[in-house]
Amino acid sequence: MNAEIAPLEVIRQHLIDPEICIRCNTCEETCPIDAITHDSRNYVVDAAICDGCNACISPCPTGSIDNWRQVPRNKIYTLDEQLGWDALPAQEAPDISAAPEIPQEIARITAEASAGQGGAAAPPWSAAHPYVNLHTLAHPAFATVSGNFALTVPGASSDIRHIVLDFGATAFPVLEGQTIGIVPPGTDAYGRPHHVRLYSVASPRDGERPRYNNLALTVKRVTVDHAGQTVKGVASNYLCDSAKGDTVKVVGPFGTSFLMPNHPGSSLLMICTGTGSAPMRAMTERRRRRIAQKEGGELMLFFGARAADELPYFGPLLKLPKDFIDINFAFSRVPGKPKQYVQDLIRRRVDDVARLLRDDQCYIYICGLKGMEEGVAEAFKEICRRHGMDWGAVLPELRIKGRYHLETY
Amino acid sequence: MNTINYSEMIPNNVDLASDRTLQRALEQWQPNYLKWWSDMGPDGSQDFDVYLRTAVSVEPGGWAHFDHVKMPDYRWGIFLAPADAERKIHFGEHMGEPAWQDVPGEHRANLRRIIVTQGDTEPASVEQQRHLGLTCPSQYDLRNLFQVNVEEGRHLWAMVYLLHRYFGRDGREEAEELLLRRSGDTDNPRILGAFNEKTPDWLAFYMFTYFTDRDGKFQLCALAESSFDPLARTTKFMLTEEAHHMFVGESGVARVLQRTCEVMKRLETDDPARIRAEGAIDLPTIQRYLNFHFSVTVDLFGADQSSNAATFYNSGLKGRFEEGKRSDDHRLQGANYRILEVVDGRLVERDAPMQNALNEVLRDDYIRDSVSGIGRWNKVMEKAGVSFRLKVPHKAFNRKIGTLANTRVSPDGRVVSAAEWAAHAHEWLATPEDRAFVASLMGRVVEPGKFANWIAPPNMGINKQPVEFQYVRFN
Repeated sequence: MNAEIAPLEVIRQHLIDPEICIRCNTCEETCPIDAITHDSRNYVVDAAICDGCNACISPCPTGSIDNWRQVPRNKIYTLDEQLGWDALPAQEAPDISAAPEIPQEIARITAEASAGQGGAAAPPWSAAHPYVNLHTLAHPAFATVSGNFALTVPGASSDIRHIVLDFGATAFPVLEGQTIGIVPPGTDAYGRPHHVRLYSVASPRDGERPRYNNLALTVKRVTVDHAGQTVKGVASNYLCDSAKGDTVKVVGPFGTSFLMPNHPGSSLLMICTGTGSAPMRAMTERRRRRIAQKEGGELMLFFGARAADELPYFGPLLKLPKDFIDINFAFSRVPGKPKQYVQDLIRRRVDDVARLLRDDQCYIYICGLKGMEEGVAEAFKEICRRHGMDWGAVLPELRIKGRYHLETY
Repeated sequence: MNTINYSEMIPNNVDLASDRTLQRALEQWQPNYLKWWSDMGPDGSQDFDVYLRTAVSVEPGGWAHFDHVKMPDYRWGIFLAPADAERKIHFGEHMGEPAWQDVPGEHRANLRRIIVTQGDTEPASVEQQRHLGLTCPSQYDLRNLFQVNVEEGRHLWAMVYLLHRYFGRDGREEAEELLLRRSGDTDNPRILGAFNEKTPDWLAFYMFTYFTDRDGKFQLCALAESSFDPLARTTKFMLTEEAHHMFVGESGVARVLQRTCEVMKRLETDDPARIRAEGAIDLPTIQRYLNFHFSVTVDLFGADQSSNAATFYNSGLKGRFEEGKRSDDHRLQGANYRILEVVDGRLVERDAPMQNALNEVLRDDYIRDSVSGIGRWNKVMEKAGVSFRLKVPHKAFNRKIGTLANTRVSPDGRVVSAAEWAAHAHEWLATPEDRAFVASLMGRVVEPGKFANWIAPPNMGINKQPVEFQYVRFN
């Protein structure tokens, strides 16, 4: 009996938005393989011909050319359908029932990561539907490293890198807060394949570079283990040493809970340390790219690191408008200054944090080392006490409403 | 010693760095061009950092480099679409012969005239639009205006390149003249009528970029078929930039309509006076602007019967729109085309030799293209639940050139008396009062993300930037 279920084959179909297109013919003229055609009504892309080379993207004067839909191979939009459109169809939700089960190993890691919140919580009600486990260990995806940038200065006590993976023509749709699994090449000392390592996606759903099928990871080179013993992290060193053009074996995406709300007026309270900033960066970037939509809601970030030069994305964060995001940095190793942790700053903002805890539109995300869990919980407890709330009652309610998400490692 | 890095300063794919003659010509011309830009380019804006798209090569990845640059520092490059060594002449009496890489002596005067006429429109429109920055409805629109301006500047460069490279001393003199004529100047006007009209307000600007730049598109398309290969390749590349201008026009008018419809729905009225009192532009006024710009632009295609048009086609200088996609004999000997004339007070069609009617052929292609965009504007009203629909006036309406020049035809295509024309002209064409009203709305809005009251924001920003991105930094 063949027990293997073929993974749902999803392609990334290139479409042109008929509401924005001005029918200037530039794309059709540009396409090197004649995948674009038109009638008196619409310009359309033939999915059977288009190879996603993107030659048509930058010459388009309107931006209408840059639209993509994840579509199961048996439901590709035909030319006739596209020619009849007045507007683009919405992205259809994936068929959850068809999604294969999450592998045991991944389930174990994610369960551990969310243990601090008391098990997996519900996602926000307005979260987009995630694709999960499109690529399995049996059928992994292969991505190309298209960038590897240092986020820390040379000589800092840690090496944190921004790795950009390009999936080319392979569908790998992710949402902010989801993770992907990296399978390092080679075998361990016992000749077994290396375990999968999970990394949070650090870029928003439309990609690190929006026109391309890519995503970013925030990877810290592991040189000591939790106990302080010297150890060379297999996957992190592999990724940190990767060069542009290298091929990486990837599984996933994973995660159905640590997802951001999509409804206008929703707020985000984000608390992170070190590379726990990856999902926060993804969510912040998502909201930044949508500033023009004026959807309201506020962003508040508590971000801890040893020092400013070890804080990933420190520079770009500083450039964000103050009225877009309220940023609170905590540095624990600045010479001549007392140690400061994220919980200290949370306490300092007691009134604002209490207001957000009470606000049903505010969703809370915590990501970082296991060690931060307790301190942050204590801070929330204290804030509740000072504002006449009981954290013991508040927390379960937050979880039920999908407002509290914690991932620690 | 050569101290200018040509490929850096003037991005090009014509090997400028090794062509000393061309370098000398451009070195003479360029200071005059910059002087013209500072005198006649966007008023009071030379020091702004503008988020502009610069073409640095003709490959797909090189079309669009976005960065904040000062307009006088814009890198006006010289680009020809990639060459096809096998290219053959595909229409006219030389059909089947190899395309010309140099100017044949017998066609020199006509080609020069074609290039100068095209080239003259480019600085002309910059001059027409030079004060609009002072009344921009948003930073987004201001950036689009400047983008249009620098691209017109680049198109001038493209034509000047051809004049310098292929037409010797005559060409250099013509290139100088291009910087000396002035739009609307009574003593030394621009060559074509529509390019001496004013572009006094932003509604006129959007109409101009929609209608008049579309004339540019069709002229360039016809020249992109030319047997003179450098001209064909130059105009082909210009077309991609022209598309941006039409985007500015089409989306600009659509956003004005959007705003007007919002006001109409809110007030539940179609009374122009009440709509105007709310600071929006009523739909009949927009229709009158449309009628004006459409009819003035339709004249740009020239006389409906023209022996020049026949000569240009026959000798392979200028093809038809999408000549290569047509399936006739591409010689048109003995073929006919229907043209309009007034007989006994009625518009009638009659056959004329197609070669002589090629201006009319191009005009009709242009009209078809214009009409489809107006259909998309009407979708804005349809979506908003407003019953008003914009219409293209009859092509005989308000004509000043060709057989129809001395006729009076209403927008719906009836020949009317002088009295009827006089009685209704104010309903058909934008009046001084209309223009004064629109002008009264023109206040400068430059706070990022803010828009003037008479226009809706666009549905997306430039190059995926947010709408409230700082597109222009005022220094």
